[in-house]
Amino acid sequence: MSTARRASRQAGIALLLGVAMAACAAEERSASPNLGEPVDPQTLLALDRTVFPDGAGLPEGSGDVSAGETLFAQRCAHCHGAAGEGGSAPELAYAQMPLDSEWPDQTIGSYWPYATTVFDFLRRAMPMEAPGSLTDEETYHLTAYLLHLNGLHERGTPLTREAVIALRMPNRDGFRWVDVQKPPPEVDRATAPAGD
Amino acid sequence: MGDEKDTRLPPAAGNGLIDRRTLLTGGAALGAAFCLPRAAPAQTPDPMRVAGSGFVTYGSPSVHEQRTIRYASSNPMAPGNGISYTPLHRLEGTIVPNGLHFERHHNGVPDIDPASHRLTIHGKVKRPLAFSVDALLRYPMQSRQCFVECGGNSNAGWNDEPLQTATSNIHGMVANSEWTGVPVAILLDEAGLDPAATWAVAEGRDAFALTMSVPVTKLLDDALIALYQNGERIRPENGYPMRLLLPGYEGVTQVKWLHRLQLTDQPAMARNETSRYTELQPDGTARQFTLEIEVKSLITSPSTGMVLDEHGLYEVKGLAWSGRGKIVRVEVSADGGKSWTDAALDGPVQAKCFTRFRLPWHWQGQPAVLKSRATDETGEVQPERDVLIAKRGKHGYFHYNAVVSYAVDEDGFISHVYG
Repeated sequence: MSTARRASRQAGIALLLGVAMAACAAEERSASPNLGEPVDPQTLLALDRTVFPDGAGLPEGSGDVSAGETLFAQRCAHCHGAAGEGGSAPELAYAQMPLDSEWPDQTIGSYWPYATTVFDFLRRAMPMEAPGSLTDEETYHLTAYLLHLNGLHERGTPLTREAVIALRMPNRDGFRWVDVQKPPPEVDRATAPAGD
Repeated sequence: MGDEKDTRLPPAAGNGLIDRRTLLTGGAALGAAFCLPRAAPAQTPDPMRVAGSGFVTYGSPSVHEQRTIRYASSNPMAPGNGISYTPLHRLEGTIVPNGLHFERHHNGVPDIDPASHRLTIHGKVKRPLAFSVDALLRYPMQSRQCFVECGGNSNAGWNDEPLQTATSNIHGMVANSEWTGVPVAILLDEAGLDPAATWAVAEGRDAFALTMSVPVTKLLDDALIALYQNGERIRPENGYPMRLLLPGYEGVTQVKWLHRLQLTDQPAMARNETSRYTELQPDGTARQFTLEIEVKSLITSPSTGMVLDEHGLYEVKGLAWSGRGKIVRVEVSADGGKSWTDAALDGPVQAKCFTRFRLPWHWQGQPAVLKSRATDETGEVQPERDVLIAKRGKHGYFHYNAVVSYAVDEDGFISHVYG
C-alpha cells in the first residue's frame, strides 16, 4: 500500500472511530466487517427443523398407532424395549409412581409437558444409529404410538397435526422457570401455520 | 519429621489447619507425596550423557504422565452417548488442557469440514444471514476465561451412599479455559434483531441435532461464538469449528458445532430443556431453565483414593467457581465443619471462572474430615448436602452443588464421606 493510500485509509479509520465513539453502545458494536451472506428461503426451510409448542414448524400430516407400533418394533425396540418399557435407552411409558413420590417415574406421559417435543425429538435425533432418517409420516406414526402407550391417544383415531398441538399433556403445568421469568399463564395456541 | 518445628506454625482452625498467610518453605515436609501406586523406575540413560530427541510438530505430555487422562463412560448401544471426565485431581492451576476438557456428547463427535460450515441466524431478524468460518475469523473478537460445567456434574452426590472413586469421576464434568470468539451481539446487530425476539434456539450440527433455547438477553450480554480454546482452534470434541459460549450457564446450553440461531418469541421446549436438564422437586414440580451454575467448590487434593504417606505439612487445594460472578471466599474445615478458616485464593480472581484455593494443613496422623465451602459475590454460600437435599429432594439429578467431604483415617487413607 502506498504511503498516500495508507495515510488516507488511516484518516478514514480515525473518522470512523470518531463516529463510533460518539455513537451509542449499540452502534459501537456495528464496527463489524458485515460479512454475513443473505440466505435464500429454500435453504432456510431445509435448515429449520424445530417444532414449537404452538405448532410452528410442525408439518401437516397424521399418525396411526398401529403403523407406529410396527415401526417401533423395527427402529426403536432394540434400545427402548419391545413395547417402550426401556432397555439400554429410557422407558417411554408405564409410569406408576407419581412425580411427588419417593421413586417417581418420569416418562413421556407423566413428565413431558408438550407433545410437540416428541415429534421434534424423534424427527431430529432418533434412532441413534440413523438420526434424521424418519420421514414426517413415520414421525407422526411413532408419535401416535408413544402417546398411545402413555394412554394419551386412542388406537384407530388418526393423530392429526391439530391434535398434537391441542393435546394438553398431564404435566403441562409442572414446571417452574428459574432463571427466566415465566410468561403469564398460557392460552393454548393452536393458530400457528404449518411449517415445512 | 520436623514435627516439633511444625507445631509452632499458627493454627487457624481445628485439626491442624494453618493460617493461609503462612509461607511454607524451608524444611517443612510440604507436598510429601500422596502415595499412589508407583511404576518401577525405568532404566533410562543419563539425560546429560545422551543427545535428546528431536522436534515434534505438536507436542504431547511426558510419557511418565500417562495417568493424567479423561475417564470415559458411555452407552455400549450408542457409544457416542456418554461422558468423559476432566481429571481435576491430577491438575493444577485453573486452565484445563484442551485434550483433558470434559466431554458430554449425546451422539458422538461430528467430523466437520470448516469449508462446508455456516452459522445461520434467522427467525425474528430483519435479514437472515449466514456466516462462513472464514468470515467469522475476520470479525472483532474477545477473549475471556470461564468455566463450562455440565448441569449433570456431581449427580452421584444424590446417591444414598458416597461413591468411592477418584473425585474427578464424580465432579469432573467441569473445565476452565480461555475462550476466544466473536460477540454474538455483533452478529445479531448485523442481522437486525426484531424487538419481539426474546429467545434464540441454538442448534448443533451433530447426530443429535441438539437444540437448546437461550434468552436473547444472555446473547446480548456476554455470549461468544467461540472459535478458539486456550489459544488454538476449538477441538472437535468441544465443538469445532465453533460453539456457543455462554459464561456461567450450564454446559448443555453452550451448543457445540453450532450452525443455527433461530430468533423466536418462545422457547422450543426441546427434549433437553423439558425431559432432561430439568430438576424434579419433592412436591412433584420441576425446576426448568435453571441456566446459571450456582456457587460450588471442590478440594482436588488430597481427595478420595489418595494416601498421605507420612506425617507433616500438606497443602489442601482445590477449585471454586460460580456462574453468577466472582468467588469472594473459600473456607476449609479439617474437623468435619466444626471450625473453618479462609483459604488463600490464587489471583487474579475472575467472574464465572475457576478460582484456585490453597491452605496449609498439618497432619500428624489424626483422623480428619476435610471440606471446602465457597461464597460468591452475590453472597450465595455453597450448601451442605443435607441442606441441599432438604430443599430440593433427591430426584433433581441436575445442579448438585453441595459441600464435598473426605475422611482421612489414621493411616492417611482418604475416602469420600457425607456430612
